Amino acid sequence: MIPTSFDYVRAGSVREALGLLALGDGTKVIAGGHSLLPMMRFRLVQAPKLVDISRLEELRGVQEYKKGLRIGATTTYAELARHPLVRERCPVIAEVAADIADIQVRNRGTIGGSLAHADPASDMPAVMMALDAEFQLRSKKGGRRTARAREFFKGAFVTDMTEEELFTDILVPGMGRNAAVYVSFDSAASGYALAGVCASIGRKRATISDISVAVTGVAEVVFLAGALERMKDTKCDAAVLAAAAKEAVAGLEIAGDVHAPSSYRRHIAEVAIIRAVERAYQRAGA
Amino acid sequence: MATLFGSGIKRREDPRLITGQATYVDDVKLPGLAYAVFARSPYAHAKITRIDVSAARQAPGVIAVYTGADVKDRLVPVPCAWNVPNCDLKIPAHPLLAYDKVRYAGDAVAMVIAETRAQARDAVDLVDVDYEPLRATADPEQATQPGAARLHEEIPDNIGFTWVVSGGDAAAAFQHAEVAVSQRIVQQRLLPTAMEPRAAVAQYNRGSGQLTLWATSQNPHIHRFLCSVMLKLPEHRIRVIAPEVGGGFGSKIPAYPDEALVSFAAMELGIPVKWTEDRSENYKVTIHGRDHIEYVEMCGTRDGKITGIRTRVYAGLGAYASTAAPGIPTILHGLVYSGSYMIPNIHGTIYGVYTNGTPVDAYRGAGRPEAAYLIERLVDIFARKIGMDPIEVRRRNFIPKDKFPYTVATGLIYDSGNYEAALDKALGILDLKAFRAEQAKARKDGRYLGMGLVSYIEICGLGPSQVAGAVGFGGGLYDSAIVRVYPTGVVKVYIGASPHGQGEETTFAQIVASEFGYPVENVEIIHGDTDNTPQGWGTYGSRTTAVCGSAVKVAALRVKEKAKLLAAHLLEANEADLEWKDDAFRVKGSPDKAKGMAELALMANVAWNMPPGMEPGLEATAFFDPTNFVYPFGTHICTVEVDEQTGQVKILRYIAVDDCGPPINPMIVDGQIHGGVIQGIGEGLQEIAVYDEEAQLVTGTMMDYAVPKASQMPHIEVAHTITPSPVNPLGVKGCGEAGTIASAACLVNAVCDALAPLGITHIDKPLTPARVWAAIQKAKGATP
Amino acid sequence: MERPVTLNINGRSHTVQVEPRALLVHVLRDTLNLTGTHVGCDTSQCGACTVLVDGQAVKSCTTLAVQAEGTRITTIEGLARGDTLHPLQMAFWEKHGLQCGFCTPGMILTAVDFLAQNPDPTDDEIRHAIEGNLCRCTGYQNIVAAIKSAAATLRAGNAGAAA
Repeated sequence: MIPTSFDYVRAGSVREALGLLALGDGTKVIAGGHSLLPMMRFRLVQAPKLVDISRLEELRGVQEYKKGLRIGATTTYAELARHPLVRERCPVIAEVAADIADIQVRNRGTIGGSLAHADPASDMPAVMMALDAEFQLRSKKGGRRTARAREFFKGAFVTDMTEEELFTDILVPGMGRNAAVYVSFDSAASGYALAGVCASIGRKRATISDISVAVTGVAEVVFLAGALERMKDTKCDAAVLAAAAKEAVAGLEIAGDVHAPSSYRRHIAEVAIIRAVERAYQRAGA
Repeated sequence: MATLFGSGIKRREDPRLITGQATYVDDVKLPGLAYAVFARSPYAHAKITRIDVSAARQAPGVIAVYTGADVKDRLVPVPCAWNVPNCDLKIPAHPLLAYDKVRYAGDAVAMVIAETRAQARDAVDLVDVDYEPLRATADPEQATQPGAARLHEEIPDNIGFTWVVSGGDAAAAFQHAEVAVSQRIVQQRLLPTAMEPRAAVAQYNRGSGQLTLWATSQNPHIHRFLCSVMLKLPEHRIRVIAPEVGGGFGSKIPAYPDEALVSFAAMELGIPVKWTEDRSENYKVTIHGRDHIEYVEMCGTRDGKITGIRTRVYAGLGAYASTAAPGIPTILHGLVYSGSYMIPNIHGTIYGVYTNGTPVDAYRGAGRPEAAYLIERLVDIFARKIGMDPIEVRRRNFIPKDKFPYTVATGLIYDSGNYEAALDKALGILDLKAFRAEQAKARKDGRYLGMGLVSYIEICGLGPSQVAGAVGFGGGLYDSAIVRVYPTGVVKVYIGASPHGQGEETTFAQIVASEFGYPVENVEIIHGDTDNTPQGWGTYGSRTTAVCGSAVKVAALRVKEKAKLLAAHLLEANEADLEWKDDAFRVKGSPDKAKGMAELALMANVAWNMPPGMEPGLEATAFFDPTNFVYPFGTHICTVEVDEQTGQVKILRYIAVDDCGPPINPMIVDGQIHGGVIQGIGEGLQEIAVYDEEAQLVTGTMMDYAVPKASQMPHIEVAHTITPSPVNPLGVKGCGEAGTIASAACLVNAVCDALAPLGITHIDKPLTPARVWAAIQKAKGATP
Repeated sequence: MERPVTLNINGRSHTVQVEPRALLVHVLRDTLNLTGTHVGCDTSQCGACTVLVDGQAVKSCTTLAVQAEGTRITTIEGLARGDTLHPLQMAFWEKHGLQCGFCTPGMILTAVDFLAQNPDPTDDEIRHAIEGNLCRCTGYQNIVAAIKSAAATLRAGNAGAAA
């Protein structure tokens, strides 16, 4: 398993990386390489040149941003899982990061790389959607722009990014009184989600004042389950929740595959929605 | 030293393995080494209408490119070596490189040799082949139906053999039975997944005419023989070396085209050539296991007596007959249908079916797990039908311990056993009463707990050779050892078997050291090189300790016998007056007059003062051919909780009580059990090789084939009973496959017990959450 | 397309000519003859290729050699101090944590990183920690025991060093 030949440049600055991407010659960005290299080894992806951004300090790390977080694109899952600020401000990100793949992958895999890769079964897109995060993108011609997570994922491995853009930062708004939980049922082989759900819930006493639920792994693309809006102003009534969960996945095109037929995927997505919402509701009340 | 045999000493092979100093095949480096990569068919079934390798030949670094046309008249197709008699066996030619037609996705069409791995890989993309796709199927039942795709012109119905096992009168038994149950069972295809992919390095010396082949082999002598056939090269000009081998589980028994082609290239080009499989290539071309579709029945009386078992089995062979393939679902499967029980009437019809899948051959347990699975599933289904505790049904049908040796209806003679003792021990560990109480309480709370139990037997220690001949096995099933004592007294033992993780460098040293009164460090075990080991038949079928270990013991005793004569001579005593005591030959009554093995070794090797007529030197060779198979047995128990909502199965406890005779090294025996059990749980819970409608393997990487991970697997509680076998001087049975034979059935029995309140009696493995959930929905009358 | 890359491996600096596409594992094995690092899959799952890069367990089959320039790499060959085995190597030997040995180097190096993060793990935590290392022989049970035992040894050693 050897990739086709390519040239390699270790970028000394973001500007240099943007310059190389602006050439429009199919150059791809590599950081941890854990999304790109497996595809390249199977020759499913070929590129004339890789630009390595993994050592650009300005793209790495976690800072306070308003009441939330600014996360550099090349921050690894291992760093997120351990980061005190992430654990305090937005524990669901640390929890999900800590459970992605395995130690070795978490040591190299970066959050920005994974989000830009947009695997329809990966976990973090659902978290970003539920938390209404924003992604900062830069290109030589277009400068900086911000894309809402909720508008970023366009299909399986397809995003709102152009080939010339570099994913630089993630802005996660403050959680306020909200609490978030991610629940997934994973493929025994790959560990990817058959269904993964992130629920973010705010409460006023026993009443749900705010709810966002995002679902990954089930459909062609991660999506926000609007049906769960009806939980707002309820006290997390089980019957309402079950009906809303059913509705959330009812009309979906769900492809079956070797890991689970579509009937099971639909069912397990409902279960994941129910469990995520219930737990987030409990956590928000704690 | 008296305690060395039976002691769990640390393994002697480990220091090199834990420090990165071991040499596996892909680690072999030779000057001028070139690399081979194969171009393989993307289609499962297609005519080849054109192959153009001209661009590949021009690619940077490429030394040569070979196609089927280049080799078909110069090399012999891959042989099948198990010609099971009386079953109308048809073995189609298996060309080393396909030239007219490809029959499975992965069939090789060209071999590229280049200076580097990367260059060879790049050039494979330039091999240009036109295919005319044909209809394909990987389903062994479908493949026998009228109108199915035909793989081999000479086999119109794709049926490679029809083998019948029969004992008693099953038809009459079923006709008159009080109760009969039946079940369709699918025993899915599995991917063996030895962690080390296969590899080969070939070097040919044109001056001496000697070929050296480093190969990932469980049986280098068999590979030498089969390569000699394929290459048309005399056996004495081939040296096969199996250096460190990273697991096999059956997948490194067969002859494959690859190692012969690499050898051919090395001979043609006069340079050494290496080939190493990628994992996804391994999943496509290295043999698979199981692949049965079975219609099985059991009959008996209302008071729990089993009177008959009947089967019809479609056993997938894949596209070609792999080396041992015909023997697996027949001799190693159908003959074992009596299990641990006295079943007077047995009938089985087994169809070996060619399909457009990867060839199927021996995978851990090979035929016997499939047998244990169907028997032990049927016992539970039968017990449910008559409303009797399945444990009681087992007790009522066990072969009693005083009936051994016992001849079952299929004609096998079981060597020794005490099945009830193992069952009782396992139940004692579980605390059955407490579990049933917990289960009853859980059911009231709407939770599904279950207990599965399996009392298996295994036929292993493969020998004797006379039986091998009678059942068409293309080789012997004895094994061999040379025990060579050096002048300083230290010992090297050269063995015919070829361990690859099972620890015989330690256990065999324990055998010899115990015999000689030595510390184990004085004994080295040498294996895996056909140029310095005696003819042997390899490591598989849980045979190495029972057969080759016995050869080691016999050779050691021969050495000791000679040493005793020499001791008598040197001590000026009668041989009859000597006794072996406290690690030396001593004159009875005068224990100070003594000679230990080290001193005798020196005297024998310098030969200054030998008894009249005695040859110098101290070594012996033994070829041990057992008088019968050995029959390990045991009872495993598994308890589970099934999540009704998600279909997830959680294993609560797994208890394994196995009887493999007296353990030489209990630590190693337990390790074999652990590994075997987990492989069977993987089979029961999550492993499945899936082909789509076009016979494409869709679980072609580890992203899709669920090799068990540590976090998915339970802790195993291991215990033993010890019943020696009378058929070998060590009294040992086998332990390598036992765990796998028991555990898949045990898990499925547990889940079916858990879901019994829903009326579920069977779910085909693997019990993925999706399958369990679907079964629950179906039982509840919902459409999943 | 080859270019010189300097890699610091097991305390020694090596400058090698590599193509940018060369994976770290291939450079270790084929160029530098450090064959204790193995390749068991092609989808970054089996962990047989695990090495330590700046102390972190990394799959060397999913790392370009050019990316590793300037890092400190430890392979299984560099883990023991002279003749003194690392406590994890010792524990794998004592607890029979290996059979064919192919997965062992990667398994041990993952455990080195893991125990540095979590010096006193439960069995369950150990099982999760080695999810990225597949073993087909042992059923994992003795590997878990070995890592647990090594953790105790390392804790005792650190306590001794602190005292």
